[in-house]
Formats: sequence, C-alpha cells, structure tokens
Amino acid sequence: MKSVVKPGVFVLALSPLALLAWQGLNGELSANPIDYITDETGTWTLRFLTLTLAITPFRKITGWSVLARFRRMLGLFAFFYGMLHFTTYVYLDKFFSIDEIVADIAKRPFITVGFAALVLMIPLAATSADRIAKWIGGKRWRLLHRLVYLTALGGVIHYLWLVKADQQRPLAYGAILALLLGYRLWNFLKPRLVRLRLRLNGEASPV
Amino acid sequence: MLIKKPDGVKSSEITPERHYINRREFIRTASLAGIGLTTASFLPEALVGQDRWPRGKKGPYDTDEEVNSFKEITTYNNFYEFGTDKGDPAEYSGRFKPKPWTVRIDGEVKRAATFNLEDLLKPHKLEDRIYRMRCVEGWSMVIPWRGFPLADLIKRVEPTSRAKFVAFETVYRPEEMPGQKSDVLGWPYVEGLRLDEALNPLTILSVGLYGKELPNQNGAPLRLVVPWKYGFKGIKSIVKIRFVEKQPPTTWNLSAPDEYGFYSNVNPDVDHPRWSQKSERRIGEFFKRKTLPFNGYADQVAHLYAGMDLRKYF
Repeated sequence: MKSVVKPGVFVLALSPLALLAWQGLNGELSANPIDYITDETGTWTLRFLTLTLAITPFRKITGWSVLARFRRMLGLFAFFYGMLHFTTYVYLDKFFSIDEIVADIAKRPFITVGFAALVLMIPLAATSADRIAKWIGGKRWRLLHRLVYLTALGGVIHYLWLVKADQQRPLAYGAILALLLGYRLWNFLKPRLVRLRLRLNGEASPV
Repeated sequence: MLIKKPDGVKSSEITPERHYINRREFIRTASLAGIGLTTASFLPEALVGQDRWPRGKKGPYDTDEEVNSFKEITTYNNFYEFGTDKGDPAEYSGRFKPKPWTVRIDGEVKRAATFNLEDLLKPHKLEDRIYRMRCVEGWSMVIPWRGFPLADLIKRVEPTSRAKFVAFETVYRPEEMPGQKSDVLGWPYVEGLRLDEALNPLTILSVGLYGKELPNQNGAPLRLVVPWKYGFKGIKSIVKIRFVEKQPPTTWNLSAPDEYGFYSNVNPDVDHPRWSQKSERRIGEFFKRKTLPFNGYADQVAHLYAGMDLRKYF
C-alpha cells in the first residue's frame, strides 16, 4: 500500500504538466498559448502551495499522521510549478530580455511580489532533504520553513494584483489561505492565552 | 440576410470555412518543433496561408498585415457579459439571440427613433475593413471587420449643435448573458466617444467579420470598432446610441478610474498602472512587437488630440 500511494501522488502531481503538453500537441492551448501556459503554471503553483499548507491542519484535525509524509513532495511540486511559471515568463514571454525583466520586477508590484514569493521558496527547496534538515536542526529548520507562509501570501497578492476586474478566484485562494494560516495562528495563541488567563486568575504577576 | 454581398470580393477569394480550422495544425507543428523557434512566418505558405482572409490593402484604411484566423478571432476575446475568461464568450454565448434587434437612437438629435436593425442598416453600404485590434491586456490581432462608417449614421440622424459626445449601451439580458449575473462590472456596459472621434472615418459600426455575420461572441449583431483605442472601447451588442452634451460615463473607467481613462487611446508611453503598454503579443506570433502610438493610426487621428496632455487624458 505504502509503496503505491507515494508514487501515485507523484504521478498525479505531474498530470497538470502532462495535460499542458498534450494540449500543446493538439493545439488546445488557446489562441494565446504563452499566456495560457503562464496562467496554468501559476495557478498550479498556488494550488500546490495551498495543498502543502493544508496538510498539517488536516493531519491534526483528522489524526491521519500519514499525511505528513506528503508534505515535502507537495511543497517541492509547488516550487516546481513556480519555476515553470517563472521560466515561461523569462523565456516565452520576455525571451531572456534581462533589462525588461529587471524593469518589470522593480516597477510592477504584482511581479515584484510574485518574484519575491518564488525567491523565498528557494531556501526551502534547497533544505528539503532529510540530511540537510538534520544538519540545520529541527527547530531552526521549522522556523526557516515558515517562510512558506509569506510565499503563499505573496502568491495570492500576485494573483489579486494581476487580474483586471474579476477578483473572485484570487479572493477564493485568499480565503482558503486565511483559513489555513488562521488555524496555525489559533494554535499558536491558544496555549499562550490559557497561560495568561491562569496567571491572571491565580497567583499575582511576579513582575 | 443582413449582410449584402460586398463589392470587389469574388466568391473565389473567400476562404472556405474548413480551412479556418487549420489553426490546430499550426499549433501542433509549433509545439512539435519546440515553441520558440517556430512562428507563422517560418511555416510553409500552404500551412498558414489557406485559412486566412486574403492579405492585402483594398481600401485606404486597411492594413496589409497578416490577418488572424477566423478561429483565433472567434475563440479568444473579452466579452465579460459571457464570462471573464477569453474562451468564455465563444463557450457561453450560444443562447444569446441577436435577432430580432432594435437600436434606440436619441438625445441631442433631430431624428430620434427606435430602429429595427434591418432599417438601420438599409441605407448603408457595407465594406470590409482590415484593422489592427490592440487589447489593453497586451495582445493584439488583425481582424477583417465588415461594417459602415459611424459618421454615415450620425449624418443621417442629424445631431443638434449641443451634441458633443456619443454614448453607447450594450443590451442587458442576464438570462442570455450569464456574465451579467455576476457583479464583476456594472451592467449594462456603457461606452462613449467624443463626437469628432465618432465622426472619424476610421470609426465603424460592424455587423460582421471574415465576410460573415458577427458571431454572438464578437458582439452580434452590432458593435463599435475604434481601431486606435484599446479594444474595450469597442462596445458590443449595442442597443442604445445617445447624443449628449457632457462626457458620458464608461464602464471600465467606472470600474477602475486610475487604470482606464475615457479616451483609452493606444499609447506605448502611458503604461497601465500594473503592466507595460510598450509592446504587445500579436496572436499567432512568438516574439512581442512594439506597440505603436494610436495603434499605428496616428496619421489619421493624432490631430484629434493636438495640444492635449495624453498622460492626463489617458
């Protein structure tokens, strides 16, 4: 069972790319294939980021600890699609025109945010291997990997700022992200609030 | 039949419909060859030439650039009344009924009336105009419209001396236009031109493209085409034309006033606040091309804006 599920998820995670390739071969990338590929890879980056961030809350709520084993793979796929998205932009959209790309990143807030979100994923992808994580130390590693919150936030803002008028989809991602991050915030605050209340009710503050 | 047979185009010159589908072949070839090096211009004429409206200047206002395929023009465009994706208009406009159709013309005119579309069109000779179309989003096409100069209609209805602007309105039919059920824009869609812009010979009312009646997704049965302005100025499925004294409200300007001005002339030097307008991707081409002031129609229209600060009046 174990040996089947993980490769299965891996193949499934590659299917959006396979679909793009298939559509390319069949001329179904719309009349504007470069924009279409950019949109699709960007959307899948956001989807994988959301899935990655959903693992921990889902695991805690359901108690299915087995889910944790998929978190890294999904996170790396978010990075993979993010890189495809960026490559599409650099190669197909701008055709390696460094001047234009630098100007875009500096001048256009939605590109600035999107680029920053991608850059923030690099250290996470680079430190995803078990041996590196061990070498860094669990506590520091976890702290570092909280950068993914910023990446996801940046991704949603990037999407929100690029649409012309229809904010429904970026806002939907924003709502899901708010839920996933809100869960973490609540988990972070709850024990502290309990402690604070105990302190206020019980002994007087020592300070 | 709204569309009369045009003069000067022999039926042998009109491309058989089955060839419009060739777009698929092109993309497949492009994908196989590795996107990037293959553009239409590298392909043998046999592959790209057939499905196109014959290239070439027939009238003084035509461009002789390569015309986009019927499929490109009719499956990739914005018409938010049918949804916000560029494939939505083709997909969700099937239930729309462009016949029968009436157009109300009123305001500062001597001959205000409600016209049946047939009566509206009757005195006008339809002609083909091959125009560039530049979308504010940064892509463009070359489209063979069929229509007549708006100026001819304006002269017919005799605006009064107080008419300074022309206001247009799209039909509001949420049952047939699913996009109108969402509040992504204010409905009905409204647009406007200054009277001298409306009278410019480039400005046409279109009832067809590629020699056929306008497909629903492209604004059937009657739409505006103003080729030196961003595409959204070309209001579709028009039911009202009103002559007014003051500059009328326009939908995209109401939606985001800092991003879309009343004039919205194509201008590579005035960026959209969120993206550059310096270049554009011509649908079907790989490399972006430079965007031209007034979309390449400066000779015909720049004088309309003499002395105006085009950064202020964007």
